[in-house]
Amino acid sequence: MASKEITRIMATDCGSTTTKAILIEKKDGEYRLIRRGEAPTTVEAPAEDVTKGVLNAVGEIEDLELRKFLKSGEDGVQVSPDSADGVDIYMSTSSAGGGLQMTVAGVVKSMTGASAQRAALGAGAIVMDVVASNDGRLPHEKVADIRRLRPDMILLSGGIDGGTIDHVVELAEIVRAADPKPRFGVGYKLPVIYAGNKDATEAVKNELGEQVELKIVDNLRPVLERENLGPARDIIHDIFMEHVMAQAPGYTKLMNWAGHYVDGKWKQVPIMPTPGAVGKLIETVAKNEKIEVMGVDIGGATTDVFSVFGREGETVFNRTVSANLGMSYSVSNVFASAGYDNVMRWVPFHMDEADLRNRIRNKMIRPTTIPQMLKELIVEQAIAREALRLALVQHKELATGLKGVAQERTIGDAFEQTQSGATLVNMMTLDLLIGSGGVLSHAPRRSQAALMVIDAFLPEGVTMLAVDSIFMMPQLGVLSEVLPEAATEVFDKDCLIRLGTCVAPAGVNRKAAVLAEVRITKQDGSSTDLRIEPGKMHVEPLAAGEKVNAFITPVKNLDVGNGPGNEWTGELEGGVVGLIFDGRGRPFVLPEDDSERIEKLQAWSEALDIYPERFMDLEGGE
Amino acid sequence: MAFAYTPGLRVASHTVVRKERRLPLAGETLVTAGDSVTADTIVATTDLPGNVKMLNIANIMGLPPGDIHELLHVEEGEAIEENHVLGQTRGFFGLFKNTVRSPIEGTFESYNKITGQAVLREPPIPVAIDAYLRGTITEVIENEGVIVESYATFVQGIFGVGGETRGELKVITSGPEDELTEDLIDESCRGKVLLGGSFVSNTTLNRAIKIGVKAIIVGGFDDKDLKEFLGYELGVAITGHEKKGITLVLTEGFGRMTMANETFKLLKSREGLLASVNGATQIRAGVMRPEVVIPVDKTEIEKSSDKSAGAMDIGSHVRCIRAPYFGKLGTVEALPAELQVLDSEANVRVLDVKFDNGEVVTVPRANVELIEE
Repeated sequence: MASKEITRIMATDCGSTTTKAILIEKKDGEYRLIRRGEAPTTVEAPAEDVTKGVLNAVGEIEDLELRKFLKSGEDGVQVSPDSADGVDIYMSTSSAGGGLQMTVAGVVKSMTGASAQRAALGAGAIVMDVVASNDGRLPHEKVADIRRLRPDMILLSGGIDGGTIDHVVELAEIVRAADPKPRFGVGYKLPVIYAGNKDATEAVKNELGEQVELKIVDNLRPVLERENLGPARDIIHDIFMEHVMAQAPGYTKLMNWAGHYVDGKWKQVPIMPTPGAVGKLIETVAKNEKIEVMGVDIGGATTDVFSVFGREGETVFNRTVSANLGMSYSVSNVFASAGYDNVMRWVPFHMDEADLRNRIRNKMIRPTTIPQMLKELIVEQAIAREALRLALVQHKELATGLKGVAQERTIGDAFEQTQSGATLVNMMTLDLLIGSGGVLSHAPRRSQAALMVIDAFLPEGVTMLAVDSIFMMPQLGVLSEVLPEAATEVFDKDCLIRLGTCVAPAGVNRKAAVLAEVRITKQDGSSTDLRIEPGKMHVEPLAAGEKVNAFITPVKNLDVGNGPGNEWTGELEGGVVGLIFDGRGRPFVLPEDDSERIEKLQAWSEALDIYPERFMDLEGGE
Repeated sequence: MAFAYTPGLRVASHTVVRKERRLPLAGETLVTAGDSVTADTIVATTDLPGNVKMLNIANIMGLPPGDIHELLHVEEGEAIEENHVLGQTRGFFGLFKNTVRSPIEGTFESYNKITGQAVLREPPIPVAIDAYLRGTITEVIENEGVIVESYATFVQGIFGVGGETRGELKVITSGPEDELTEDLIDESCRGKVLLGGSFVSNTTLNRAIKIGVKAIIVGGFDDKDLKEFLGYELGVAITGHEKKGITLVLTEGFGRMTMANETFKLLKSREGLLASVNGATQIRAGVMRPEVVIPVDKTEIEKSSDKSAGAMDIGSHVRCIRAPYFGKLGTVEALPAELQVLDSEANVRVLDVKFDNGEVVTVPRANVELIEE
């Protein structure tokens, strides 16, 4: 290839709150993260142009690196392979502009409706509504809801191939009657993707052909037993670029900036929706390491949960987005959904409810602010726990097996009946839990991130915890499309910070004075014996990259991975926090009594060294 | 980098305000470019399609959908009255006929031979858009709306409730730090836009609604009062559609907050003029903030800032927007490039702000907003 090798990469992620830029360079034969910069996202007045935030974030890297990366006149990122200034390629992801908002439709809500929802979510969309023949609404109510929500596009599915035509046409009829107008731009027709029963294609064309921008792709549920989400996901990506992004403030400019020279000719690199990029990266990790992975990206407006479950043979990737759970734009909604008591149970001091409510609202109306005082940080991390917890609940509900599939059962199964459509999320078999997003990646101490994900996700058995070091998974996701080796290298060396392994016995044994006995043997042969005690947490230092052999013996009824009461043997890997032994129990319950609860919170915080000592003396008020 | 972009709210004494007045659907524009309009002038009208009623005629008649067409008594597109006969079965020897009647007045829009479903539509809903501001029509967007331009005082708020309204501006508190209390609202406030100081309570707001106040502009409001006022917990901040009989604009935030002195002074100087107010707020991408627009005569020279939008520099006027200095105003003293460690142990970019009393403090750059002049 005549083109010069790409050695300098600038990638940005325009989040709803913050625009993040990273500079990656190849030095001594390996790609490494060199610098990062960030600035508030500028879709809001007075700038109303997303590129201003990009210039600002890249400008910060310029300041810190004392090199030029922007074109003169601030007319974009300088991509110039032949100059010492600038980079060889520039690319971006985005979730600003409200992301991609979709309405999906299917005949049966829990079958084709759910498949359509998974297709849209997998492509990085926020699903605002699932319209189905059996969703309990009257036709005119469905029409009114489609009109009111003004989605960016609609995914219409329904019927397996050779199945119902009537119901599919009925859904098309509802879309036609609603005659929805897109959120942005008066002059273009709303994109509608049809991915349903192939026998109904003609009838759907007749119904909708002239009124909307109709795209036809393969059925996303051709038979009950199998989903075929790829074609629908791909076309959602294409339409997102062509129609939705192009309408948002400044995006046309940004789309022109992103690209590189191939054989002297300019080639654009498409802007990816942020969650699509993160999902791609999580899937790659699970595939490469053959493990079950769960990732969570907690942003300002939304929280995304990604999971890959299943080992041998078939693995299933799922992504859900909790559209109104986030740490800035949506922070009030977290508070409204979780309730005051649930948020405050994580705070080791008392606060006046009215004061707390005002503080949270002020964060919502000024979403780009950050906690300056320790107390504010603690409150923000309490809210994050609840946002994460609620996002996991939603993920469990959607990440299920296919519903409607007849299962063959043996006589043995009669004693252990699993429903079709049961959740695929299994916190006991999960190998790796990755946290990303400002509140986790930028937590002043890594142990804070560790405790936040443990408290919210309650991993069971043996689970490795990791965090995206500086919140760069979106950029690496888009990079993996163009330069997979660079993405993998930077992910391993600079992005993924291993926090350590969490060992948490699950099950109930109220009488036990010790939940499990643990013997760890280091590589030099020395051994340590530990006890996981009820209600306590303990950290055993073990650096990242170091491993120990462990022999864990849980008491009766408690499980650490091999079934209740069964011993577990294997390797435990360390991390920047160490080995975390969590004896607080699964199910986990906080003490009802206030002073007891505060005492416990303080003890756990101390065990993980998550806050400076002065936090013990914090009290409500400023 | 000589400056940083930062979000900020606009407060301008004299500026050109352009407002797009667009119909939700294509319709008719009633004014031409160059026309002078008042806030009440209707500039465009249209008819929104009526609500849809779906009726499964095949099910009602108990016949296959394909057999219905010849039994229909109406054509697609035909106007229908309530109880209008839409179709009738042949019955046995002319008896036991099954008749389907229209439940609504409107139009028989379509019949689908596959599903047996008929779409009936209620009569169109007329919509008229007014100019919202006193000004001049500078552009007519064919069939869609107009652009109204006005020379005006413009103040952006941080959060609002309620939609567009207007009224004469009346100053109700003596200073920006005073609370707008219930006893200050009397009969003279009817139909007015009230300028308060630091705070308004839910009780006062309800009193204002009773008297017939059009809008209240104030520094702060309590979130627990917001919940009581709305009757529900506001999750996602999308407002403007509330029909509470009043529009509320907060200039500073939640809690008791002294209104920025220059905002108060500026609005006070416009007392007696007609203010157009919109509380609509959308705090997510494509952010929308509430506003107060007061058209003024073009006698003064337009003040314009040579700073680019949102650019913060040494000497810029800023407002701290997070604890522990929430609401304090000052000027930028320094913009150090190096990251610094805060009380929360976060390592971030900061700036030094000098307050009016001479005190200089370090705050995260993310925790200030620019006060545009």
